[in-house]
Amino acid sequence: MQPGQGNDEQGEGVSPFLAILGSPAARFLYRRLSQAVVVMLVVVVGSFVLLQFAPGDMVDVLAGEADLTAEQMADLRARYGLDQPWPVQLLAYMGRLASFDLGYSPKLAAPVLDVLLQRMPVTLTLVALSVVISLSVGSFLGVMAARRAGSLLDMTISTATLILYATPGFVVALGLIFFLSVKMRWLPTAGLTTVGADLRGMAWLVDVARHLVMPVLALCTSYMAIYARLCRATMLEITSLDYIRTAWAKGLPERRVIFTHAFRNALLPLVTMAGLQVSALLGGAVVVETLFGLQGMGRTAFDAVMERDVNMLLGVLFVCSFAVVIVNICIDLLYVWLDPRVKVAA
Amino acid sequence: MKSHMMLHRRTVLAGLIATSLTPYFVAVARATEAQRGGTVTFVAWPGATVLNAAVTTAGPSTLVSSKLFDGLLDYDFGFVPRPQLAESWEVSEDGLRMTFRLRPDVKWHDGAPLTAADVKYSMMEVWKVHNARGRNVFAEVTDVETPDDLTVVFVMSRPSPVIIKALSAMDSPVLPAHLYEGTDPLTNPHNTAPVGTGPFKFVSFVPDESVVLERFDGYWQQDRPYLDRMIIRYIGDGATRTAMLETGEADLVASNGIPSLEIDRFRSMDGFEVNPDGYENVCIVCQLDFNLDVPELQDPRVRKAIAMVIDKEWLVRNVFFGLGVPATGPIHHQVAEYYTTDGVPSYPLDLAAAEALLDEAGFPRKADGVRLELSIDPQAFGEEPLRAAEYLREQLRTVGITLTVRNQDFATYVKRVYTDRDFQLNIFVAGAGADPTIGTQRFYWSKAFQPGVSFSNSTHYSNPRVDELLEATQVEMDPERRREQFAEFQKLVMEDLPTVPLVSTIRVTVANAEVRDYVSGAIGVFGGMANAWRA
Repeated sequence: MQPGQGNDEQGEGVSPFLAILGSPAARFLYRRLSQAVVVMLVVVVGSFVLLQFAPGDMVDVLAGEADLTAEQMADLRARYGLDQPWPVQLLAYMGRLASFDLGYSPKLAAPVLDVLLQRMPVTLTLVALSVVISLSVGSFLGVMAARRAGSLLDMTISTATLILYATPGFVVALGLIFFLSVKMRWLPTAGLTTVGADLRGMAWLVDVARHLVMPVLALCTSYMAIYARLCRATMLEITSLDYIRTAWAKGLPERRVIFTHAFRNALLPLVTMAGLQVSALLGGAVVVETLFGLQGMGRTAFDAVMERDVNMLLGVLFVCSFAVVIVNICIDLLYVWLDPRVKVAA
Repeated sequence: MKSHMMLHRRTVLAGLIATSLTPYFVAVARATEAQRGGTVTFVAWPGATVLNAAVTTAGPSTLVSSKLFDGLLDYDFGFVPRPQLAESWEVSEDGLRMTFRLRPDVKWHDGAPLTAADVKYSMMEVWKVHNARGRNVFAEVTDVETPDDLTVVFVMSRPSPVIIKALSAMDSPVLPAHLYEGTDPLTNPHNTAPVGTGPFKFVSFVPDESVVLERFDGYWQQDRPYLDRMIIRYIGDGATRTAMLETGEADLVASNGIPSLEIDRFRSMDGFEVNPDGYENVCIVCQLDFNLDVPELQDPRVRKAIAMVIDKEWLVRNVFFGLGVPATGPIHHQVAEYYTTDGVPSYPLDLAAAEALLDEAGFPRKADGVRLELSIDPQAFGEEPLRAAEYLREQLRTVGITLTVRNQDFATYVKRVYTDRDFQLNIFVAGAGADPTIGTQRFYWSKAFQPGVSFSNSTHYSNPRVDELLEATQVEMDPERRREQFAEFQKLVMEDLPTVPLVSTIRVTVANAEVRDYVSGAIGVFGGMANAWRA
């Protein structure tokens, strides 16, 4: 490209529309999105190759479950292209991917896209609820603890969060099931809705909420503890800074000093952590999903590996890596909004 | 038929009690009388892929399929055939023709009438072609004649005594020809939204989550089914499935679908029932296979020595939590017609004798006390194979054999044992079915040695006399002679010992006691369950 050409020059005669496209924010997005394409390619190719190292293919699994004959197995391998060398299979997959065709899952007898569209909302709901709840409760506890450092309240919160942090999610999950479902009969044990109840409107919403209480709690606890401790430490550091002393000196009420001045800055590390939590939960809530009978992305990916269902696994990884990239872009933009000193780099 | 009579007796009894005894007893008596309505929920894992067991033999599919479809026959306890879609049937003198009279006025869930053409299509285009078990069982069927709409004649090239045992809704569901003809039966969309003639019709299916079925009001059997709805929920964790039974969110767990330790707990819990009836078609044996291509294992003395370190009673108690009995031979004890211990060699626990055999076979203890180093691949299916392998490792250590347990996932296991044959010992659980020709034969028949085919003859066992016997039983119509052939087979296999049968497992249904009559024959909860009701 010759100098002075292209839309990265904001010269005269360029329309406002092109000016927006050439703005630093837009260039930031181009850059991040093109990185995203590379990341997703690496994820797809990498996991495809990794799965080739695992012995046995999908037909071996199907055959083991349903007594297939040699002819039937050969027939299935030919039908799904598994008799081809793996580079050919990978190329064929990439070709289909270029036209947004994620393929077919023989194990689930459905197109991968349909399965993803049906299961993605489960995961997104779980992730969104647990991030919002753990972040808000955790930071609230952190602020409370930092406010009176060394007090009984601080000690209680610190001890409680330490215990929560040290308790694995599956123990929390089993404990919740045992206590809230089996003993008290307050909440349904598993699933997302009452199967076969055909509820509508508010009744449906309440039903789903009741089903989500325990899984969300199980996903929340350890992150809540992390947020609380992180928030406490940052708040203690910030409240010793000069500008906070200035705020006190101005005679501002405590609420404004803490929430408007200190907490806004304390949010930055919390937001970083939230980005990690979202990324970890998108595909990594296998244990909680399994215990509560929820078919989210994690469980789907796990089953796909066990069943050597390549299309399904790559579909999950493709969608999840895309979501992680988007979340990271959002987090970066959130920094800019939270801290005016941060600028997007073009 | 049988259940009708039982009900009748109960009604009479209730009437007698009602006229003479206190109201309390009336209430109790009424509670044992079948009632209409209600929902029964199964909880299971893994989930079904398709809901049509004509195209697969996978257990999860048969559980659902048998409610949606009927078979030609059903089976009473003891695997005695009884009418289902066929009202009556007869086998010709020479055993080459089987004639079935179909029940008139049977309707598909879409309203179309069932005809002989449906049975012909199911047999010739689906069971014989796309069902792994059907391919073997119906191998001798060359044609199906349909002289009129309600008569079906199977024409066979050779007599085949197993066909009459393989016509249940679980094994060979009759499919609607009008919805399948001209399509690929493996990918027909009705496989996941079936139209059958069974007691329940399809409502919804979310893979790996749930199946919802509802009462088919036009079912051919009067006043059946009793239940309004049936739900099957798929939950991947055993502890959660257990919790759902306890809370009443689920009513039934079929075929040991929760951890054995938990089953044990339900035995003594109020309001629950652990029921071993209705698994005559399953007959799962846990066995230890030797790869006979491995030089050290070609010596029968080594195999016998290994058999003699195993205390099968211990395995039953501690690995299977009582859900099994020590296996004495290749045939499961529940296949009562052919099972025998008469003259069948056994290898009771005897560590000293095992050591003597190993010395004799030329494997003395070396300086470090080790005679041999072997490896074992337990099947990745439930806890039991792995635990049994660990037990064997400890037992073999005492006689100087070092055993390495190779744990792996299911796909790796199948590839290693059946395709690559990269194994020495292998522990697995395998369904033997209602007849040895259907299930057991393939583990011992030399023609079933087919690398690449899972759960075939993995030992590479080959004994011409055993082959001869197995092939004779495939066509022997005389029950007595067939029994003798299987008796000799059991004796020979235990002499040669290509496999050590460890435990004949017992399958159970764990049920909420409010659910009644969920087992009304040999195939139990894997049948249509038209008689099941809720108290």
